[in-house]
Amino acid sequence: MKIGSTRWIVMAASLAPLAAATPALTREPPVPPLADFFQPATTAAAAPDADGFIRRWLLLEPVSKPNPTNAVFTGSYVRAALAPRNFPGRFGAVPRDGAATADGALRWHALDSTLWDVKLFNFAQALGKPKYGVIFWAVTVIDSPREMHDVRMAVGSNSASVWWLNGAEAAALFDDRRMVMDDVLSDRLTLKKGRNIIYGAVINGPGLSDFCLRFLDADGEPIRDLAIAVQ
Amino acid sequence: MTRFIRPTLGLSLALACQSPAAAQLAGEVFIHDPSTVVESDGKWFTFGTRGGGLVSTDGWTWASGPVRPGGGVAPDVVKIGERYYVAWAVGGGGMSGGHASDVKIMWTKSLDPSSPDFEYHEVGTVASSDGVENNDAIDPAFLYHDGRLWLSYGTYFGSIRLVELDPESGRRLEGNEPVDIAIDMEATALLYRDGWYYLLGTHGTCCDGPNSTYNIRVGRSRDVRGPYVDNMGIPLLKGGGKLVAAAHGRMIGAGHFGRIELGGGIEKMSLHYEADMERSGRSVLAIEPLLWRDGWPVAGRNLDPGTYEIQSARSGNALQLKVDFVRIPFDARASFMAKPGDPVKPVPGQSLADVGATWPKDAVRVDLSAYMVRPNQHWTITPVPEAGGWFGAPYYKITVAGTRRALAATPADEVEAVPTFTGADAELWRIDQLTDGSYRITPKTHADADLALVAIGASTPTLARFDPQSDAGRWRFVRP
Repeated sequence: MKIGSTRWIVMAASLAPLAAATPALTREPPVPPLADFFQPATTAAAAPDADGFIRRWLLLEPVSKPNPTNAVFTGSYVRAALAPRNFPGRFGAVPRDGAATADGALRWHALDSTLWDVKLFNFAQALGKPKYGVIFWAVTVIDSPREMHDVRMAVGSNSASVWWLNGAEAAALFDDRRMVMDDVLSDRLTLKKGRNIIYGAVINGPGLSDFCLRFLDADGEPIRDLAIAVQ
Repeated sequence: MTRFIRPTLGLSLALACQSPAAAQLAGEVFIHDPSTVVESDGKWFTFGTRGGGLVSTDGWTWASGPVRPGGGVAPDVVKIGERYYVAWAVGGGGMSGGHASDVKIMWTKSLDPSSPDFEYHEVGTVASSDGVENNDAIDPAFLYHDGRLWLSYGTYFGSIRLVELDPESGRRLEGNEPVDIAIDMEATALLYRDGWYYLLGTHGTCCDGPNSTYNIRVGRSRDVRGPYVDNMGIPLLKGGGKLVAAAHGRMIGAGHFGRIELGGGIEKMSLHYEADMERSGRSVLAIEPLLWRDGWPVAGRNLDPGTYEIQSARSGNALQLKVDFVRIPFDARASFMAKPGDPVKPVPGQSLADVGATWPKDAVRVDLSAYMVRPNQHWTITPVPEAGGWFGAPYYKITVAGTRRALAATPADEVEAVPTFTGADAELWRIDQLTDGSYRITPKTHADADLALVAIGASTPTLARFDPQSDAGRWRFVRP
């Protein structure tokens, strides 16, 4: 209930005096390490998992975009906030692992998710970066063994997001979004033989944030014979 | 074997006249005791009492013209291999005061008089009543299942009986004796589904126009020979029968059931109404959805015109114009903090006037989202009978309520709302009720390719091949 964060603010305020009197209750448990959710991407190409989910991604440390609520994520807002012109770099290029943005503030991380979804919140938290009120950019490259027609990009994200294939917008998820696999599917697409570059941007206010992405064939079956690299 | 002379009467669908706007089906729909609707030579045929019949290429517009020699009453038709077997009855029925009758069989390789294969061959009599016994050998009905051919017949004058025929010849199997399977019925029909044999028949009074009390009832049995019982366990031999179809609206006196299996999860039933009140109270053909609930056939209904939420059976999400969500002005914090005794007042819902001006003027894509009782989620369903129809239902336009924005198929097989309904085929939709009561929504332009509106994602609709086993292509129309 992200929109209901107001309620938790109220509750937290009422508990504040108690917390001050009993310091033991305020002791924060350790932050789950990055290794609980990701492994460093290897140089060998990866394949989608058994369900076709693409787990290897270049993730940029979160860009600050303060929002106390996800209720503002209308289509117009999201398109403006996640417009390619706002990408901190050259949109369409493949960043290098460890590279920094021009201002040196944010770095790219080449990672393999150990789960079917990519836990952006935990990525940010493990790096000690802001978790709320942020935009995450994600990039990956899939190598298709042949030209594939009538393919659909199937995306789920928390919260809103926009996705591009080879520079063209393929899918957009608006409003206060929850993670649902195959939530939004693109129109019928063509995967080129060889390299296809995927860009994604996920915006989040309060709460957890993650995404999942896979490609489905014309029969709705996951496409697995892809090689995924981020070099 | 008697060979009938090949009639030369031509069919002329072009002569079909327009139907009254509120009535079901178009064209010349006048018939009594229609036989099971069957396809031959790319057309659909049904035959009635006295020798005539109706033909259609789409199940919506019907014309007279088919030929069934032999006269008599209440025929039925079944296709086995290359042959169309036709059963009909001569005599009986209480007409002229008698119940002596013969059920006869003939066959032809085509029902279309324009086909070179159209030639009836008479097989002979397969069942009779002598006029004294408690049986009236009329109203025959076929069931061909598992390689065996069965025939039911009879009226209120005694029992409904069952005999077995040879599917190779159409003759009665040697030594086969009739079995009594019901009373208080006429115009029976047999069907098989999921391990059950169903005996449908008509209760009530026939042939009295708007005062006819005809209604269709059913019982079922694991054995084709019975005993057939209804949903309360009452044997059909003791007058039982669960209601399937009855009068509704301007249609009075439902009788003479026939099953039409159209594939793609769609079953319909042919029947006649003793009186179509929009057509001078005459007896007419009707085709309506057939549903199955708890193992029983139930009459469905074509979608009533009106404004609905169109809900995906896949996700429960509502079909909507994909426009910016507009918040209803509301102080959530004040609401949470309100005391139980604080006065309350109605909060206005969001209206089209509140948000319509913010929508793009051009075509807008549609998607699926949680139903919020919002103007972009309400669709007005309007029949467009002048555009034709398909098996008992006219084509519909689907417009955003209060606007002219119309749901349309795109050339890329996606779905959008165009700014104004123009009547183009891409803006016309079939809405067919499926056997579970939900609906299949099929664009006129894509019906031949068997594409329908399908939720391929929780939030994404498209035009895709319809899978009758999946909720992805099932939709429910919910009143706001």
